[in-house]
Amino acid sequence: MAAGKEIRNQIGSIKNTQKITSAMEMVAASKMRKAQDRMQLGKPYATNIRNVVSHIAASSAEYKHIYMEEREVKRIGYILVSTDRGLCGGLNINLFKAMINSMKAWHDEGAEVDICTVGSKGAAFFNSYGGNVVGAVRNLGDRPSAEDVVGAVKVMLDSFGNGEIDKLFLVGNEFVNTMTQSPTIHQLLPLNPAEDEAMKHHWDYLYEPDAKELLDGLLTRYIESQVYQAVVENNACEQAARMIAMKSATDNAGDIIDELQLIYNKARQAAITQELSEIVSGAAAV
Amino acid sequence: MATSFHCDIASAENSIFSGEVESLVAAGSLGDLGIYPGHAPLLTALIPGPVRLVMAGGEEDIYYVSGGFLEVQPGKVNILADTAIRADDVDEATAEKARQEAETAIANQDAEFEYSRAASQLAEAAAQIRTIQQLRKKLGG
Repeated sequence: MAAGKEIRNQIGSIKNTQKITSAMEMVAASKMRKAQDRMQLGKPYATNIRNVVSHIAASSAEYKHIYMEEREVKRIGYILVSTDRGLCGGLNINLFKAMINSMKAWHDEGAEVDICTVGSKGAAFFNSYGGNVVGAVRNLGDRPSAEDVVGAVKVMLDSFGNGEIDKLFLVGNEFVNTMTQSPTIHQLLPLNPAEDEAMKHHWDYLYEPDAKELLDGLLTRYIESQVYQAVVENNACEQAARMIAMKSATDNAGDIIDELQLIYNKARQAAITQELSEIVSGAAAV
Repeated sequence: MATSFHCDIASAENSIFSGEVESLVAAGSLGDLGIYPGHAPLLTALIPGPVRLVMAGGEEDIYYVSGGFLEVQPGKVNILADTAIRADDVDEATAEKARQEAETAIANQDAEFEYSRAASQLAEAAAQIRTIQQLRKKLGG
């Protein structure tokens, strides 16, 4: 019964792994609910500020902010929102693939690429893949705050302001539902005016104090809020993806245990049968 | 002419208020400003201070905002607050304490002291106290 003991050990170790994965599944499920709540709470602000900014872009303002200028594209920037931890299925790798495709498309047009990563997985991947990572923020935890992303955003906004990059994209996962998360690439700068027919007539805001000061503050806040929202959404995606990944890992472990149990039982039965026939034939010989 | 308009107050982490109001008073960077229906499109920065909303029935509601932006569109007002809390939640004791701390910090400046941070802390605490006083006036009648 040497083989039997080996199989029993294997079953034991798989059972331990299964316990871990099922615990992780439950933790991810409860974190996902909280992350989803946070995502919902942040949505009104992100939507409102996006509306305000698209109104500004659509208005015939006396002052054109540098963030609204379309320039010839020589170098583009990405803010990549990834997770800090692994074991969340294909979430990160799908995102990176989408980003690499987009990078390649820009590269073919002769544009260089700068990357700023949020989350350690993105930083690790693009450091080894070979991208120009100019900034990295990591370890945001389960409760990211709006201040955490300010640094990453500032790096990119400064280089846009200096004319080092001519376009800025935000790359992150979109939470469709628990089962589906889709990578999205969304242009932050320059700003696109709203496609709203009602806003087409000639108008402008009254600015208090003056337009320049106000827009500087508001547009920076806008970019920060979009990135913050992406981080919160990515967090919900991460937990959902981990929950699904751990659920399938637990199921797979169950399948393997069943198979091994069958093999073990067969081996045990064969050993018993063999022993019996040895005894019987031994007795007949006497 | 319309007698009310829609008002949204949202901060990055939460949505605070959304509904019809008759008028509102907020602390703009150039002074307090009142918004009534039919106001011209306006964009302004807000400083820490109370936002007073007058509801359709004449009922008042006060929120505390620690800075942000206010946008007026025809028939709609958007307040993008840095952090907004219902004025009932502003604790007077902590606000007073924060104010005193900021004042002592400004009074005895040492080498590593950041003046601008303390000044903004002081402004916030003072604004919170102003909110509480307004609220008390409203409740006291």
